[in-house]
Amino acid sequence: MSTDEQILTTTSSVAPATECSPDEYEMVYHKPTTLVDVSMHYCPGCAHSLVHKLIMEVVEEENIQDKTIGIAPVGCSVFAYDYMNIDMQEAAHGRAAAVATAVKRLMPEKYVFTYQGDGDLAAIGIAETLHAINRGENILIVFMNNAVYGMTSGQMAPTTLPGMKTTTSPDGRDTSFYGSPIRIAELMAQLPGAYFVTRQAVNSANAVRRAKKALQQAFRYQQLHKGTCLVEIIGNCPSNWKMTPAEASKFIDEEMVKTFPLGDVKVPAATANNKE
Amino acid sequence: MTTAKLMKGNEALAEAAIQAGCDAYFGYPITPQSEVLEYLAREMPKHNRVVMQAESEVASINMVYGAAGAGFRAMTSSSSPGFSLMQEGISYLAGAELPCLLVNVNRAGPGLGTIQPGQGDYFQSVKGGGHGDYKMIVLAPASVQEMADFVFLGFDLADKYRNPVLILSDGAIGQMMEKVVFKPYTNPAIDKSSWATTGKPATRERNYITSLFIQPERMEVHNLKLEAKFQLMRENEVRWEEMNTEDADYIFVAYGLSARICQKAMDVARARNIKVGILRPITLFPFPYQRLEELASKVKGILTVELNSGQMVEDVRLAVKGKTPVAFYGRLGGMLFTPEDIEHELETLIATHHVN
Repeated sequence: MSTDEQILTTTSSVAPATECSPDEYEMVYHKPTTLVDVSMHYCPGCAHSLVHKLIMEVVEEENIQDKTIGIAPVGCSVFAYDYMNIDMQEAAHGRAAAVATAVKRLMPEKYVFTYQGDGDLAAIGIAETLHAINRGENILIVFMNNAVYGMTSGQMAPTTLPGMKTTTSPDGRDTSFYGSPIRIAELMAQLPGAYFVTRQAVNSANAVRRAKKALQQAFRYQQLHKGTCLVEIIGNCPSNWKMTPAEASKFIDEEMVKTFPLGDVKVPAATANNKE
Repeated sequence: MTTAKLMKGNEALAEAAIQAGCDAYFGYPITPQSEVLEYLAREMPKHNRVVMQAESEVASINMVYGAAGAGFRAMTSSSSPGFSLMQEGISYLAGAELPCLLVNVNRAGPGLGTIQPGQGDYFQSVKGGGHGDYKMIVLAPASVQEMADFVFLGFDLADKYRNPVLILSDGAIGQMMEKVVFKPYTNPAIDKSSWATTGKPATRERNYITSLFIQPERMEVHNLKLEAKFQLMRENEVRWEEMNTEDADYIFVAYGLSARICQKAMDVARARNIKVGILRPITLFPFPYQRLEELASKVKGILTVELNSGQMVEDVRLAVKGKTPVAFYGRLGGMLFTPEDIEHELETLIATHHVN
């Protein structure tokens, strides 16, 4: 049993304190006010709801709600604007980076981020993504990579693992026919316009903490106007992977990271020097 | 600046964009409209405006979406093949109710076609080139002066209806040089704070731009709201010009470059004692159906003249409702007709229908 699982077990076994009045509770955690207080449509165990929360926590903690504009994609997270309590634009499939480019160029003092899945960013929108990063647009691109098209129910994505079965690769992805999964973080890090590129996951408490730190860093970097930040997040998709949420988390550690290793891919020079 | 200048149509349009307070222009090179991007790449930075050469027309139109969604006056221009690439984005702009100015300097097609002028994009422009039910006001300039004038008008109409407006020009009007006067203009600077995504202050709810309404009941409500706007355009924004229609036995119906050539054809015909006038639609959507129907009941025949294989003629026939013979004359492939060609076609119409 991992440390994270122990924490979960311990937390869920705590009995509710029925005798206390609400005033006596100590508030130890609350939903960020930057999240709209509604239930989300995401499947149990899906990474999107968690990453939405992380981004909105950062926006709240950095106190930039009034300066942040998000661009939603087409895909499972097409309704991100239903949950994120900030000004947002819903872009056409794949074009979020182009939309974000214009928003940021016209309002350079604002924080602008896109939130895109692997079909949206790595397939239909790879040109807009690559050119935005090559221009060094001062935006944050949050790239949710779960290796399948989620919303259309599990078709093969450019990031689908070799041999991985999807509804459009029923015998598993044949790399001799469809090529190999695209490593977006490594690919985009080659461009001089990329300032900070990292790949994270949210399948354990520690991973969540690291992902949030990366997102926070990426938001702060926007103030520097030094180029594009790309935070790729390996997302759990239990529904389309035909797994339980726990199995999906395990699949990331055991299989996804072989193709998509976690960690920073490109860090600003000064930050690299400061590392212990 | 009321003194006349000698300018190319594309450059007059670009200069008008600056004077109209265009905050952002995004474009991609394509003949015969590249002068717009070139002019603005040179001039916009002097006014602290945003100008960008995008990686494609697809990116350009989506940059327009982003800029318009943030409440800025945004614009793009292209020519036929490039404008086809923008159709998805135009549908999104209309669906999300974003005002912007679009320009198509029509060349001949289909496919890569050729760089010479054509009017083959009429259907795409007025019938909805992208998916779903939407319309946009389409302005058809017939002179360099109108290339400039329609920029001011276009931006204002876009803001008025929160909808894209298209200037449908062609390779000749875009490339030719003529006198142009820039009239004084004040940007009404409409308050867009109730919907533009500029960052949510604590004092208001979040603004979001979308064309997605997943519940069919809500989607239909949105469709009906859009349709009500398009109906208002039909009622309030029909524009046309008439020449010598008072005593006319025959009418040329033509827009843009074709209307210019029809003016000469009218002179040729009148010199031969054929009383012909011109109805020039200025807005292709909304189309002057009603005025055309009125004229149809007074004349002996109508000749629709277009640089395509017969597109606007379908709207002419819808307007005329069989009240008078409607003939069509067109040239294709970037070829132009002469005034004599048109006059000859008119005489053929007269002979064919024995209506003289």
